[in-house]
Amino acid sequence: MRIVVPLKTVPDLVEEIEFTPDGAGIDTEYLTFVLSEWDDQALEEALLVREAAGGQVVAVGLDGDPEIGQVLYTAIAKGADAAVRIAGQAGSARARSALLAAYLRRNPADLIVTGVQTVDDLDGQLAPMLAARLGLPHAGVVTGVEPGDGSVTVRQEFSGGRSQELELPLPAVIGVQAARQAPRYAPISKIRQVMAAGGIEDAAADAGEAGEGPLVRRMYAPERTTRAQMLEGGADAVAGQIVELLAARGLVKG
Amino acid sequence: MLAEHSGGTVSDSTRELLGKAAELAGGLGGTAQVAVLGPADLAGQLGGAATVLWMDHPALAGYVPQAYEVALAHLLAERSPRLLLLSNATVGLDLGAALAVLWDAPMAAYATRLAVEDGVPVATCQVLGGKALAEVELPGDRGIATVVAGSFPASPPGTGTAPEVVAVPPPPGLDGVATRLRRVIEPEAGDVDITAADVLVSVGRGIGSKDDIEIVAELADALGAALSASRPVTDNGWLPKTRQVGKSGLKVKPRAYLAFGISGAPEHLEGMRDAELIIACNTDASAPIFDVAHYGTTADLFDLVPALTERLNG
Repeated sequence: MRIVVPLKTVPDLVEEIEFTPDGAGIDTEYLTFVLSEWDDQALEEALLVREAAGGQVVAVGLDGDPEIGQVLYTAIAKGADAAVRIAGQAGSARARSALLAAYLRRNPADLIVTGVQTVDDLDGQLAPMLAARLGLPHAGVVTGVEPGDGSVTVRQEFSGGRSQELELPLPAVIGVQAARQAPRYAPISKIRQVMAAGGIEDAAADAGEAGEGPLVRRMYAPERTTRAQMLEGGADAVAGQIVELLAARGLVKG
Repeated sequence: MLAEHSGGTVSDSTRELLGKAAELAGGLGGTAQVAVLGPADLAGQLGGAATVLWMDHPALAGYVPQAYEVALAHLLAERSPRLLLLSNATVGLDLGAALAVLWDAPMAAYATRLAVEDGVPVATCQVLGGKALAEVELPGDRGIATVVAGSFPASPPGTGTAPEVVAVPPPPGLDGVATRLRRVIEPEAGDVDITAADVLVSVGRGIGSKDDIEIVAELADALGAALSASRPVTDNGWLPKTRQVGKSGLKVKPRAYLAFGISGAPEHLEGMRDAELIIACNTDASAPIFDVAHYGTTADLFDLVPALTERLNG
């Protein structure tokens, strides 16, 4: 089974977000980019499927994404069989899906596994767009993929703790919410070794027309109307205030 | 808009869309029409809409993404609406972006506000983990918005006049749907019910490792509270899924909610913002959790949690 895992980097949200002077986007100049956490889960699930069913896992990224080289080398260090860097840049999920669909038409996969969403996919999620372009069945918010004979059975989650099992014929596209186990860790030494060996393939993809997305008027930080009252002092002083707040509501035992 | 339903009842997110759909339709000079897929007779629960477009077929007996997609694509082609509204939960996450391609419509995901300005639908969308809002237009003759739960007030069941029901014949494409619904799994019982707890001590990614959950569990014990978590903690298997608060977990409304190391992604806030008292601890002063918390501290949780436990046990 050939499993392709599209990976994307996103701004590290630990950092402060700055907006561009024209107010239509975020200023990425000083931002650190990291692998989207859902894509990390997708890679882990893909590796688990390969361990159960055999085949190969191919991590793919766009060369226009910041830090994508590091992400692809890390994927190899974690166990991906190959990594492909596709020429192109995508400022939207729609454009990304067009590039990846073009790559996948030339290099077909049995299973495409990616994160269910990213923190910046304002114009829609990649997995369903990719499936629609390729005419494939898909399912998102998936927390487990079991390989079968010419099919996969996935667990799809809903709010309130409900879930269901769907059987999808292959090829199919899966949007992963969480892998069955925590994403594995690749030691820095291993990643360095992989980087020294090289091994990322480059590929071209002709996306053609991607179609129109929404028109962004402005981006801005949310107003903070109900901002928390910050408790002052060291940990012990803060602890004292919290206990008082709880005690005043009769929520402290004894 | 699409009606989401299970067991013969429309979902809360659908009831939240009903009023908004009618308002937007008014602004656009049209009517609100609700697609109901499957055998359920839901018209009585969809008051406020003008029309129910009802389609039934064996492939629509439960929620199967491929079948819903074929059915909705057919309705969109036939009815050419100006705007399609979906929930920004599982069903909307499956269908919105797929239809954006199939129906060739611009889409706005994570919408928390929707309005019509000069005849154009405008959505405000929550991105970057709640740290940014994007105001976007859906120009042209069509558009799709997926709406975050809790953004609009839910229409109480039974309000408004019952809509006219139009039975729409299923398209032949539904006969070819190969995705199969194998089984529906109801929430696990047996573990602590975090929705019933008066006080929740909740832990997030900031705890860093499974072993360190213990200090938060000790605090929960000292308070007689239940221990809950945000998604990264349950995704990593550090606590069972039954303890997860948020969109893909449970919605809670305790008398007090203590959040440790939780940044407050929109999906988490959706599940706990109605708690009576929210106290948040996060070293990042700009974390969105402080926008819903009543009290906050940037103290290190590894200092604060043991200090709290000691005071309570002392």
